[in-house]
Amino acid sequence: MLRGFTHQLNSSTLNPGDLQLSVEHLTLSFGGVMALLNISLELYQSEILAIIGPNGAGKTSLLNCISGLYHPQEGHIYYHADDGKQHEITTLRPYHIAKLGIARSFQNIELFRHMSVLNNLMAGAHIHMRSDLFSSLIYWGKAQREQIEFRCFVEDIIDLLEIESIREKQVGELAYGLQKRVELGRALAMKPAILLLDEPMAGMNTEEKEDMARFILDVNEEHGVTIVLIEHDMGVVMDISDRIVVLNFGQKIGEGTPDEVRQNPQVIQAYLGEDQRAFTRK
Amino acid sequence: MQSGIFHSTYQADMALRRTHAEKIRMVLFLLFMAAFPFVADRYYLTLANQVGIATIGAIGLNILTGYTGQISLGQGGFMAVGAYTAGLLTARLGMPWYVSTLAACLATAAIGALFGIPSLRLKGLYLAIATLAAQEIILWVVTHWKTLTGGVDALVVPNPTLFGLQINTDFRFYWVIWLLAGVSALTTVNLFRTHYGRAFIAIRDQDIAAEVMGINLFRYKLLAFAISSFWVGMAGALTAHYRNIVTWERFTVDISVLYLAMVIIGGLGSVSGSFFGAAFMTLLPAFLTNLGRALKSTFPFVDTIIPFVQQAVFGLVIILFLIFEPEGLRKIWKDIKDYFRLWPFSY
Ligand SMILES: Nc1ncnc2c1ncn2[C@@H]1O[C@H](COP(=O)(O)OP(=O)(O)O)[C@@H](O)[C@H]1O
Ligand SMILES: [Mg+2]
Repeated sequence: MLRGFTHQLNSSTLNPGDLQLSVEHLTLSFGGVMALLNISLELYQSEILAIIGPNGAGKTSLLNCISGLYHPQEGHIYYHADDGKQHEITTLRPYHIAKLGIARSFQNIELFRHMSVLNNLMAGAHIHMRSDLFSSLIYWGKAQREQIEFRCFVEDIIDLLEIESIREKQVGELAYGLQKRVELGRALAMKPAILLLDEPMAGMNTEEKEDMARFILDVNEEHGVTIVLIEHDMGVVMDISDRIVVLNFGQKIGEGTPDEVRQNPQVIQAYLGEDQRAFTRK
Repeated sequence: MQSGIFHSTYQADMALRRTHAEKIRMVLFLLFMAAFPFVADRYYLTLANQVGIATIGAIGLNILTGYTGQISLGQGGFMAVGAYTAGLLTARLGMPWYVSTLAACLATAAIGALFGIPSLRLKGLYLAIATLAAQEIILWVVTHWKTLTGGVDALVVPNPTLFGLQINTDFRFYWVIWLLAGVSALTTVNLFRTHYGRAFIAIRDQDIAAEVMGINLFRYKLLAFAISSFWVGMAGALTAHYRNIVTWERFTVDISVLYLAMVIIGGLGSVSGSFFGAAFMTLLPAFLTNLGRALKSTFPFVDTIIPFVQQAVFGLVIILFLIFEPEGLRKIWKDIKDYFRLWPFSY
């Protein structure tokens, strides 16, 4: 059964192409290790920005800075909200950044293992639930209405991700590929203005990757959600991203459309020997 | 046979008792609880009342430790706060028992939240030790603040009355205790159908992801401590009113360990498990005592070793549970239900 999406999935009302996030001169080190060195980039509403680079290049660290898990030693991150306000998020706590509308998935799945798929998604919608403690304790009136309303919303996401048959399952028992899908669903339940995906297709077979790429495109094209995607599969990256940023040893060594990046000699150099065939494949 | 459970509306799907079997079981359980005091003798009523109070306390601890994953060894101390608050307000200021009980719940919630502050930094064993410190601090204050608590002397609490009726028998207490146990069970189940409860479980399962989903860890951990302590305080307050006497010996760290065993054996993160655990840990010692008494006539020497055997069996049962059924009695009960639901097709 297919039904139309009845809920708003994207909480940002910026126009496509508007500046949404700017990262300015970010530097992050762990002891002697330079994870990020003077990184600047901009993110625009409704684009898919891919971040690529070899292992250890600093991709995850960059996402961690944006979602507030790491605090850089230098530099600033600004979030441009739809009310025209510019929020500096560099030093905010993660929950605060989440409330602004920045959602993410993790490289190593970080689901709530003992909850069902349904409850993981419902937990994802946490920031939108407002019923007070007392009405929650008696589960009457507002609290009950709100839970049912969000159940409808979450069912839309379940349809979108084609996980109807596993909605009652504990996520800890699910196969790896499905867990990745549930994690995407949990992030979508936040109604993200920006969605950060850290290697959502890692460890998947071709078919699973195609499904995941389709879901990501759906979310981006149908709902206009801005997406930052870390991915190693160059075929997928070249196919679905609007722009690409290339990191190597914590530094930005290239940026541009897939075609521009493909031609960039520095990038080709960095990837030499690693995944070059896929990379230069037309 | 059912192959699964299907519902046509989300409301029905999200109801507490979703199948006929579940509804019937619930009704049978309630009928049993209502009929019990009319058929049970005083001894069993006393046991039932102890189970009821323990259930409230275990639900409280389970909210914190089972659902939110914050190990607490402060249970005895928090029960002491409830017992002394209720006892003093009624004995010294003559407050009605229900007022002093509510005040005790709120006071314990506040103290619980206060001692929950370290939980933002400490996890696992370290938090357990911090809560152990809370336990010892509270008991130290209780035994040393003589002008307030009477120190190590027992505090005598008058019998409660309700609508002019003295609640001075086990039969009458039964209704008060089990009504409140029902309220604690129902509101706790409800809590975990909403975003509050999900936030608690999220913190237990993956606190970093929880924070990235917008859950303020500090706020929700303190809330878990407060709500948990509210019920623990109630268990303490009911102990005071039920026993008519409050002594610090009833709230030592042994009690904290006993309650931890209760929620582990009953089932962490489960309201019904809290009840099972409370029943089990209250009835097992009673059963062992009776067994000892029965054996005494044939084997007189049993009398002297009974306390030691009791302790050993107690410990052994806990260890066996941890090894063979870490998910507790609740899991065993669930397996039984599943077996019959799908019977005779068990696969
Ligand atoms: N929490 C941390 N503590 C110490 N070093 C870290 C930490 N996180 C990342 N690093 C280091 O920063 C560098 C970049 O790591 P990461 O961002 O995970 O790379 P990528 O995601 O591109 O593979 C690596 O050298 C890694 O060892
Ligand atoms: Mg990484």
